[in-house]
Amino acid sequence: MKDLFRGQLVRVTSEDPDVLLKEEFRWQHDSEFVRLVDGDVLSLSSQKKLKERMEKRIDSGFSPERYPFSVRTLADDKLIGFFGLYVELIHSNAWVGIGIGDRDFWSKGYGTDAMKLCLQYAFLELALQRVSLGLHGYNTRALRSYEKAGFKLEGRSRQDVLKEGKRTDTLWMGILRDEWLQQNGENQ
Amino acid sequence: MFDIQTQLFEGKDIRFGPMDYEKDPEIEARWTHDSEFVRMMDTAAARPVSAAMVKKQYEKLEKQIDENKNLYYFAVRAREDDRLIGKAIIQWIEWANGNGFLRFGIGAESDRRKGYGSQMLQLLLRFAFAEVNLFRLTAVVPEYNVAAVALLKKFGFIEEVRRRQSLERDGQRWDLLVFGLLKEEWLAQAGNQSERG
Repeated sequence: MKDLFRGQLVRVTSEDPDVLLKEEFRWQHDSEFVRLVDGDVLSLSSQKKLKERMEKRIDSGFSPERYPFSVRTLADDKLIGFFGLYVELIHSNAWVGIGIGDRDFWSKGYGTDAMKLCLQYAFLELALQRVSLGLHGYNTRALRSYEKAGFKLEGRSRQDVLKEGKRTDTLWMGILRDEWLQQNGENQ
Repeated sequence: MFDIQTQLFEGKDIRFGPMDYEKDPEIEARWTHDSEFVRMMDTAAARPVSAAMVKKQYEKLEKQIDENKNLYYFAVRAREDDRLIGKAIIQWIEWANGNGFLRFGIGAESDRRKGYGSQMLQLLLRFAFAEVNLFRLTAVVPEYNVAAVALLKKFGFIEEVRRRQSLERDGQRWDLLVFGLLKEEWLAQAGNQSERG
């Protein structure tokens, strides 16, 4: 059997709320990070609010629709990011959210490694037919990473985001079960 | 065209109105007992809904309108007898981006293919661009909803995204399509440009 929770650089974990809270409280202050990861208008939340949101997320982590996980480095067990799958059960499709909050680990393959674990989990454990995601057009680093993990660009919502006085597109990507199996040399 | 006199809620054969808690729930509940209608409107699992449940949904919607201010809801009525024929909604409005999502449908089989959909979309677009001042509109439609696809294309919507095999229905995989229309594209269409330019 595969080791679903270990990649080349990172491993998949679930964290206690106080551990996670410390990192997330820090990450939200990095506006560049939040603008890359999130679609909403930025805001800052109190520790109390973050904790409430996190506890809700942890509770819903055991629903068949939501799979929120944390990402730690293999080398020194540092908590550097997260990914989560939201599954549309009847359509066997999932949406991914992913982020490496710790800037020291950008552009070094950690995010791509986390995404590969995410896809492996989606196709080998959740047995999904498809995985979907959206990203900001200005997030070129993410685009390259997702392509490396096997996603195909399926289109763009033209000029649907306005930041710093400029309009950019949201890009939409998807990967099908057959494509992933083929790329990863799995038997169908 | 954009005079203040322009009636935003009046079409040739239809008009927009608010939801009616007394009359509408029973009619809308009847629509949801037509599985084809529900599957055209929504990607969530189709389920019949009772009039009491529809009333609850109305309350939820109006609460959302009050609290989040990111949704406009119109009941679509036939002018001839004021009967409810459909609904037209702009939802998930992102004010910072000027982006909103369309959702619309004609409920009863006997009211389809009569041009009501076109009149509804015409009013909805004018409201979205000339009153709400959105920069763009998005509509997400399953590829099997050929009536909606044709209607959106007729109004100039561009197919921007094809989410391959995103849906499973009747044992088949289907694409989910995302259509977009920019305000400037809408303005460039005949009849929508202000006379003052």
